[in-house]
Amino acid sequence: MPESYVNLLADLKEDEVLKLTKKRIDSGEDPMKILEDSRKGMEIVGKRFADGEYFLPELVFSGELLKQVTAMVKPHMSGKATQVKKAGKVVIGTVAGDIHDIGLNIVDFMLDVNGFDVTNLGVDVPADKFVKAMKDTKAPVLGLSGFLTPAFDAMKETVEALEKAGIRKNVKIMIGGGQMDDEVRKYAKADAFGKDAMAAVSLAKKWIGVN
Amino acid sequence: MAWAGLSPEEKRSERFKRWLSPPAVKFSSPQAGKLYKDRVTRFAKALQLQKPDRVPCILPAGLYAATYAGTNLHTVMYDYDEMKRAWLKLLHDFEADTYIPPALVPSGRALEAVDYKLYKWPGHGLSTNTLSYQAVEAEWMKPDEYDALINDPSDFWLRTYMPRVFGALKAFGQLPPLTSFEEIATMSFLSFGLPEVQAGFQALLEAGRETLRWAAVVGEVSQVALQAGYPGIMGGLAKAPFDTLGDTLRGTQGIMMDMFQRPDKLHAAMDRIAPLAIAGAINGVNAANVPVIFMPLHKGADTFMSRKQYETFYWPSFKKVVMALVNEGILPILFAEGSYNDRLDIIKELPRGAVAWYFDKTDIFRAKEVLGNTACIVGNVPTSLLMTGTPREVKEHCRKLIEVCGKGGGYILAAGANIDEGSPDNLRAMMEAVKEYGVYR
Repeated sequence: MPESYVNLLADLKEDEVLKLTKKRIDSGEDPMKILEDSRKGMEIVGKRFADGEYFLPELVFSGELLKQVTAMVKPHMSGKATQVKKAGKVVIGTVAGDIHDIGLNIVDFMLDVNGFDVTNLGVDVPADKFVKAMKDTKAPVLGLSGFLTPAFDAMKETVEALEKAGIRKNVKIMIGGGQMDDEVRKYAKADAFGKDAMAAVSLAKKWIGVN
Repeated sequence: MAWAGLSPEEKRSERFKRWLSPPAVKFSSPQAGKLYKDRVTRFAKALQLQKPDRVPCILPAGLYAATYAGTNLHTVMYDYDEMKRAWLKLLHDFEADTYIPPALVPSGRALEAVDYKLYKWPGHGLSTNTLSYQAVEAEWMKPDEYDALINDPSDFWLRTYMPRVFGALKAFGQLPPLTSFEEIATMSFLSFGLPEVQAGFQALLEAGRETLRWAAVVGEVSQVALQAGYPGIMGGLAKAPFDTLGDTLRGTQGIMMDMFQRPDKLHAAMDRIAPLAIAGAINGVNAANVPVIFMPLHKGADTFMSRKQYETFYWPSFKKVVMALVNEGILPILFAEGSYNDRLDIIKELPRGAVAWYFDKTDIFRAKEVLGNTACIVGNVPTSLLMTGTPREVKEHCRKLIEVCGKGGGYILAAGANIDEGSPDNLRAMMEAVKEYGVYR
C-alpha cells in the first residue's frame, strides 16, 4: 500500500490520496509513516519537474495536496516528530525592492524535496536581513532571487553587505530569476547564476558536497 | 464604405493611413512632419513583414526617463511637472524612432486616493528609491466566485473585486446589485446613504480629479512628441484572458489549482473575459490613433506550464483575442516575457503579417527561422548587457541581432525588457547600431 500511496501522490490523484490517507489514519497507522510516504511522493514530483514532465501547475497542486495530507495527519501525531535528515542548509530570498516570489518558491520547493533545510526569507529582503540570516543559520549557501532590473543593484549590495560583515568567504552565493544572467552574476560578484530551480539544486549539491 | 463592410486587410490599411497622417497634429516644422512620416513608414513596413529603409528601434525606456533626468519614479508619480521635465528631456536628448509618453507612470495621488492594493510603488509599500511599481499577487477572487464572475462581470467587479483591491471602496460590497433596483425605488437607495459608501464615492471623485490633472500633463507631453515628429507605437494594452485571471484575480497559485480542480469554470471565465478584453482594446486603439496594440504575456511562458497545458488553457482564448483585434485591422505586438522556445510552432499558426512577436529570453535566432516568414520579430538585447555592459558590447550585440533577424525585413531592434536605469550611452549604442548596420539597400 505505501508504494501505491506514494505513486498516487506523485500522480496528483487528489481524491484517491485523501481517501487513502483517511483510511491509513483510521487503521491506526503511524502518522510519521504517512508523512514519510508523502515526502517520497513529493520527491518524485520534484524529479518529474526536473525532467520536464511536470511544470509549475503540478508543483503548486502537489504542494496543496501535501498541505491537505499534513493537516489530516497532524492531529494524530504524538508530538515527537522525528527530524527528517537534511542535506544541508540553504538561505534564499528575493532581494530588496523586488516583491516577486513565484521563482523563489519553486527554488524553495525543489531544494526542500531534495533534502535541503531551506530558510526562505520571502520578498523585498534588505541586505542586513540576509546577513543576519547567514550568521544565525550558518548556512554555507545563499540563493538570491530577483525578477526586475533594479534587482541587479540590490544583489550587488547584498553581496557587499556580506563582505562587510566578514562572512562572504564562508558563503557561496547563487542568483537567479527574471532578467538575471551571467552578466548580472559578474556585476553582483556572486558565485554562480542558475537558469532554473534545477540549477539551484545542483549548485547547492556541488557546494555542500552531496550527491 | 461603412467600416463594418471592410475586410481585415482594408481595415488595417485604413488604420495605418490614419497613423501616418494624424488629423489633429500640427508639426513644429516641415522637417518634423517628414521625419514623422519616415518613422511611421519604417515601423509600418517592418511590422507588416516588409523591408523598410532601415531596421527600426524601440528603446527600452518605459520608466527610464526618471533616472535619466536625475529624479526617480517616486517623484514623478507625485509631481507631474517633474514627470513632464524628465520625459521631455529624454525626448529631446535621443533621436529615437518612436517615443513612449509617460502614460505608464501612474499618478501616485490617484492611487492613494482609492488606497489601491493591487500594486506597490515607491513610497507606498516599496522603498522610495525603488525604480519600479509591482503587482501584488493574491487571491483577489476566491475559488468559489467563478459563477459570480461569469454570470455578471460588471457586478462582480463593482461589489466584490473593487472593494478588495481599493481599500477606500470596501463598503461597495454593501451595494445592491444595480439590476435589482426596484421599479418604484425605495430601499434600493438605502446603501448609498451609508457614510462609508459615500466616502468610497468621494474617494473615486478625488481619484478622478487627480487623474484629469495627470492626464493633461501626459497629453501635453504626447503632443510635443508628435509635433516634433516622434510617433507613438503603443495604441493600447491588452492581456490574454489567462493572464487577467492569473495576474489580477486568482493569482498564480490560485489559477494553477483551478487547472486541476475546476478546469471547466476556468475555461468559462476565460471565454467570458475574452470579449471584454477585445472591446477594451479596440476602444483604446481608436482613441490613440495608433493601430498597434501591446500585449504583455505572462503565464504561458515555457517555465510556467507544459506545452499541452499551454494548448489547453492559454492559447485558445488568447488566440481569440488576438484574432478579433487582427480582424479589426489592429496589429498586436505580442510580448512573450520569459521564454517561448517551446511555443514557436504553435504560435506560427497566426496569419502571415498579422502580428509581431516581441521576445525577451527566447532564442531569437531560432524564432527568426521558425516565424520569420509569418511574423515580424522584435527584440531582444539583454537588459543585463544594457545595464552593466559597455556601449561597444551593446553595439556589437545589436549588430549580430540585426544581421540575423533583420534579414529580409520584418525586424525591430528592442531590448528584452525595459530598463529603469543605466548608461544612456548604451541606449545611444542601440540607435547607432540600427543606423550603421540596419540600412537596407
